[in-house]
Amino acid sequence: MDTAPPPFFNRGPAPLVRLTFFGVLAIFLMVLDARFRYAEPLRQALVMVAYPLQQAALAPVRTVETMADYFSSKAQLQKENDALRARALQSAKDLMTMEALTGENAQLRRLTDARQRLPRSSTLAEIQYAGRDVFSRKVIVDKGESDGLQAGLAVIDDIGVVGQVTRVHATLAEVTLVTNKDHAIPVQVARNGLRAVAFGTGDGATLDLRYMAANADVQNGDMLVTSGIDGTYPPGLPVARVSRIERDAAYAFAKITCMPAAGTDRHRQVLVLSPDPSQVPPPAATADTPSKTGKPRRARPRKDG
Amino acid sequence: MAYQFEDRPQRILLPARVGFIATTVMISLVLNLLPWRDLTGLPDWTALVLTFWCIHQPRKIGIGAAWMLGVIMDTANGALLGQHALAYSVLAFASIAFSRRILWFPIWPQAMHVFLLLISCQLLMLAVRMVAGGAFPGLLWFLGSAVSALLWPVVTFLLLIPQRLPESIDENRPI
Repeated sequence: MDTAPPPFFNRGPAPLVRLTFFGVLAIFLMVLDARFRYAEPLRQALVMVAYPLQQAALAPVRTVETMADYFSSKAQLQKENDALRARALQSAKDLMTMEALTGENAQLRRLTDARQRLPRSSTLAEIQYAGRDVFSRKVIVDKGESDGLQAGLAVIDDIGVVGQVTRVHATLAEVTLVTNKDHAIPVQVARNGLRAVAFGTGDGATLDLRYMAANADVQNGDMLVTSGIDGTYPPGLPVARVSRIERDAAYAFAKITCMPAAGTDRHRQVLVLSPDPSQVPPPAATADTPSKTGKPRRARPRKDG
Repeated sequence: MAYQFEDRPQRILLPARVGFIATTVMISLVLNLLPWRDLTGLPDWTALVLTFWCIHQPRKIGIGAAWMLGVIMDTANGALLGQHALAYSVLAFASIAFSRRILWFPIWPQAMHVFLLLISCQLLMLAVRMVAGGAFPGLLWFLGSAVSALLWPVVTFLLLIPQRLPESIDENRPI
């Protein structure tokens, strides 16, 4: 005997049932995304859905910017032109010195039989927008897999290191900034060569130099440059400047706060450095099957999402 | 403070069109994807529009749609996949559950209810990201919900326009 109500007011499952279903589904996705990296194909598919919406959102902004550029006054352009010419002159002088130094360096390296550091090529990318996710510091750039980008590449601007490519889509890529929480970058104090690791704090403006002994030789205003031992960032790029040091005898480590050197939230154009051709790939990559080469691989596990 | 519900004239609205609901939700997504550049107190447009439709039309939009919108928000911003999806699902559920109660109130008490709904949604998202190892965004982030609540009367006015228009203007109509 059928005791079910007639299907007049059929509204499907109860809201609580639906909430449980979708809630569990969301938590499942989060675990997949944060702990394992199985959610990437789904993400790639969803980006295709979100892409036209993003373009629709960016189109009016771009139009307004183009108009503003068009109507910028002649005086302003003249001023900018003068400034650029002065800078070009300065750069030319630096370049001449640089050429001499490069030649000298190459000769010295040949003399000491050191491994030649090959110059890396780079891709110019434009920042499309900053991710609206308030919990992480990321920007989206307009170059993707089709331009040869891959996860793990270093991103710099004209002053220093901006961050690292962490996720690559077909025509877009996500760049995690050095100020992102727990983003680690191996650095050296330029003054005395002391090695350290700088971690992003997540507030968007500072980095922490962790695990430095309380009596470590670090001073206010010290420049931190990449040490290059991680194989991701080429050595010698400016990362940050030490802004505050707290040495407390109660703790084994000093609390050292640094300000990023590069304009992590200022510029529109950034350079994505190509992988170092002279670098030996890690053993895991050679053991992998060749079919996995298209998949973005990470230099080290990341904690954020 | 007691409200005089009976004295308030109530307008009889036309039925809402699903197409209009979908269009407004899409517009809210585009608004969310605009490059706003770290503006404090920026409302989450999608959450606001979603709350509005869940309160006003709980039969036409539901938790499944909220979940899909959340997943799109997550991918577009490079956030943890499922973070907005969970928050929006809970938001849609709470809005649907409280919709009859909220609609009894005049507009500003409605806005206060919406403020509570949106801030719970933000707290849930914060809890999820703290567990996953995100950075604390600062207390000013919660200002977004307050701004959303202040915009509630505007949103109500705008989104109900198509339902207020007469279907056909008839000179001889008695009312």
